[in-house]
Formats: sequence, structure tokens, C-alpha cells
Amino acid sequence: MISANLSAIFYLISGVLFILALRGLSSPETSRQGNFFGILGMTIAITVTFLSLGNFSAGFIYVIIFLLAGGSVGAFIAYKIPMTAMPELVAGFHSLVGLAAVFVAIAAFLNPGAFNLGAPGNIKLGSLIEMSIGAAVGAITFSGSVIAFLKLQGIMSGSPITFKGQHPLNALILFSIIILIFLLCTSQSSNLFWTLLVVSFLIGFLLIIPIGGADMPVVISMLNSYSGWAAAGIGFTLENSALIITGALVGSSGAILSYIMCKGMNRSFFNVILGGWGATDQSSTNQNKEQKPVKSGNADDAAFLMKNASSVIIVPGYGMAVAQAQHALREMVDTLKKDGIKVSYAIHPVAGRMPGHMNVLLAEANVPYDEVFELEEINNDFANADVAFVIGANDVTNPVAKTDPQSPIYGMPVLDVEKCKSVLFVKRSLSPGYAGIDNDLFYKENTLMLFADAKKMTEDITKNL
Amino acid sequence: MEIDPFIFRLSIFILSIFVGYYVVWSVTPSLHTPLMSVTNAISSVIIVGAIIAGLANDTGSVFNNSSIFGFLAITLAAVNIFGGFLVTQRMLAMYKKKKKDKK
Repeated sequence: MISANLSAIFYLISGVLFILALRGLSSPETSRQGNFFGILGMTIAITVTFLSLGNFSAGFIYVIIFLLAGGSVGAFIAYKIPMTAMPELVAGFHSLVGLAAVFVAIAAFLNPGAFNLGAPGNIKLGSLIEMSIGAAVGAITFSGSVIAFLKLQGIMSGSPITFKGQHPLNALILFSIIILIFLLCTSQSSNLFWTLLVVSFLIGFLLIIPIGGADMPVVISMLNSYSGWAAAGIGFTLENSALIITGALVGSSGAILSYIMCKGMNRSFFNVILGGWGATDQSSTNQNKEQKPVKSGNADDAAFLMKNASSVIIVPGYGMAVAQAQHALREMVDTLKKDGIKVSYAIHPVAGRMPGHMNVLLAEANVPYDEVFELEEINNDFANADVAFVIGANDVTNPVAKTDPQSPIYGMPVLDVEKCKSVLFVKRSLSPGYAGIDNDLFYKENTLMLFADAKKMTEDITKNL
Repeated sequence: MEIDPFIFRLSIFILSIFVGYYVVWSVTPSLHTPLMSVTNAISSVIIVGAIIAGLANDTGSVFNNSSIFGFLAITLAAVNIFGGFLVTQRMLAMYKKKKKDKK
């Protein structure tokens, strides 16, 4: 058994290692080392906990058994999961953190003595507040992440579920959570504690159902942030600096990511959270849509255009992930590069279903990361490029965002694809994207539409090159 | 008058938020997905609380109503720790630079 002071120092060290783990992600070269620091920090935290308890009785064996059982499930998932399913995986993992926070809070509420928090029915006030906040946020994280997971997995429809009186109801429930915490702290009643948990699970569910599929990058980042705040709340209860530091890191990380995602769509956080987008604008744009001429081509035309180009910019989107076209795409690019054509990739911040989704898929397909560029880095290059190859992206290329103040996506940063000499647009049909608005790019003179499945079309083009 | 230890914890918390703020802004956007999976893994350090709960057998039996929740939380957090770090490692291993020797 080691002293409380010594273990506090070790917890601090593991907190610092977690900071270094995030710091490593500033560049791909240092990132692997960063991950190692993270693992080291976790090992220290767990080992120190065992040593400080000094309890190696029968219970210890069970702890190890449960640890290994969970660990092997986690390891199995980590090796088996396809990269395209990463958003679902992250949502699923968030739900586990949330639920673990709830369970720890329950254990602390039932047996406060084990955590030096007082006796059942007479828990220290400060600890009880921290505990109930941790439990409530954990419960919201859990049920919210479960809904996000179901939506991403396609088990639940990705379209927003809205009903009348939704926002007043949510506001009422959020308000009642505050009241419940207050009552719980004055009465120490266990019934109120359970009610608080149930209500928190409910609000997590209600908060996420009105949010649509393409807004998932914001939702996942937001839940990431929540899972951090829940951990921090529990950290205060346990008076554990490793947990407090980690909770704060994760909380601010998720908050920054949600901010970046919102900015990528030029929408406020509340606008996303309140849900539903573009539902009102569809009727007005539908009428004159059919008359506009569209040029469509086949793989042969596309191959001809690209063969005669000297530089090509690829714009991937969620459609590429759905069609699993990343490997076929890289093969096409390899063929182009053999002919001395310069190829780069342009990634919009909200392309895909989670932050950095496209980058991971391209990395999986062995695309070197120094050929992949962010919006600001590459946007000026479109004017000098010969061909833009848009695969599975839509709204993020729509010039309407720059020209039409009436459009719901006006002001959203978009890729200046239309400035290219010619645009190849791989898409299944002319249907509008998530924002529910028509893309002007389809009708431009220099646009060639390639109506097909993204993977099949890319393979066909490669054959024709 | 003595300062409540809570204030010290609060200081750690507030300062860590600022550290997190600056560190996360310096993360390159192409690594945002690994950032999410690794934050997931490290927030499972909540397992520390779960272990304390699981080993609190003051009633003499290994399984009592609070330790059961501890064991459940250990299992969930362990899924996340192993899954989170390993999947991050798997992703990071894929980020490669252009090979300079081959043209």
C-alpha cells in the first residue's frame, strides 16, 4: 500500500502523459509516440489504484477477470472494425464511457464509505453535487450516443425526428434535472437519485433524435465533449487529479471539434442542436429544376478528360465512404500519376460523418497524407487545376453558398470546384444533398455528370485510362 | 483561513481546460478521427473509480450491491481502453508519407 500523497503524484503524472498523448497528434510523425504516452498514462493510473488500495484478496481476482474480459472484447472490436465504420465505433465507445460514469456514480452513492465521502444518507454535500452532475451528464452521454450509433448504423432513420412541442419539452426536462439535483442534495433520497438517472437518460435520447444524419459530425464531437465533462464530474467526487485533468482535456477537445464542425457549415451550435435543416426550402427550388440541361457522360469521357489534364483535384465526400470507393480511387490516381498528372485531394471540414473521416479512409487506401489538403490550403488551386473529380460530395461544393443570400447554406465555406476547367461529378442521381437544395454545379457548362455507383465508376475509369 | 481542497481541484480543472484548448487547436485536422478515438480511450481512466468501487468489500462478500456496479463499470471502461488505444494505433499506422525513392 502506498501513501495517498504518492499516489496523487502518480495520478498527476498520468494526467501529464495524457496531455502529451493529445499533443503528439499535432503531426502524423509524432502521433504514434503520443498514443504510447496515452497507454503508459493509463497503465500508471490503473497500477497506482491497485497499489493504493492494497487489497489483493478475492475481489482483486474478479477485477482482473472483468478487466481482461472487457479488454479482449475491446481489442477484438479494434482489430475487426472496418475503417468506414469508424463514426459508429466512436459513438458506441462514447456510450460506454457515459454508462461507466453512471455506474461509478451509482456505486459511490450506494457505498460512499469506500470513497471517503461519508455514509449512505449522509454524503458530503459537495461530493453529492459532483456525483449527481457526473451521473446526469454520463446518462445523457450514454443515451445520446446510443441514438447517434443507431442513426449512423442505419438501424434508425437518419432523417430528423421532430414533433410539436419538442423544444419546450426538452427545456422543461433540462430544468427538472436541475431541480432534481437540488432536491437530491437537500434530502439525500435515493428515490430522487434514481429519478435523476431516468430523466437524464430520457433527455439524452430526446436531444439527439431531431438531429439529421449529416449533422452527425457535430453530434459526435458534442458527445465526445460530454463524456469528458462526465469523467471530470466523477473525478471531483473521487478527488482524483488524473480524472479531472483527463475530463477537462476531453471536454475541451470535443467542444473545439464541435465548433470547427459548426463553422464548416456556417451554422451556430444551437441551430444544429435544435435540429432539422432545409425542410422548408425544397418546394421553392423544385419547380424549375427539371428544365435545366445536364451533361452526362460515361467512364470513357471521364478517362479522356483526365488523361489530357495536367493537374487533377479529387473531392471526396460521404458517398465515397458509403460506396467503399477509397481503394478504387487510389488505383485510379496511381494510374494518373504514372502519366505524370499531378493529383491532390481536397477535404472539406464536414465531409463524411465525423471529423477527419475522409482523411482516415484515404490513409487506409495508402494515400500519402502530404497529398491530402484542407479547404483553406487548397481552395486557391482549383482555378489552376484542369479537372475536379467530385466523388460522393455535394453540398460542400455548391457555389450557391457564395452567391445566393436566400439559400440556407449561404455563407458556408465551400470548395471552389466550379473554378476548375472541367468538373467530373460522380453521383447516383440528380437528387439534392442533405441540405435539401439543388446544386448549381450540376448545370454548369463545364460539368460532366457521371451517374453511377462511385466505386464502379472509378474502376471503369481506371480501365479506360 | 484555510483554503478548501476543492479549490485546488477546481484550479487543476480550469487550467487543464486551457491546456486542452491549446493542445487540441494544434492537432492537425487530418488526425481528428484518431483524436476522437484516443480521447475516448483516455476518458476511460474513470476505471480508477470503478476499481475502487469493485474492491470495496467492507461487508465481507466480493459481490455486494455497490461492487457489482463497480465490476460492470470496469468491464465497460476496459472495452474502451483496449479498443480505443488499439484502434487509434491501427489508424495512425496507416498515415504514411509519400515515398520519395519511387517516382
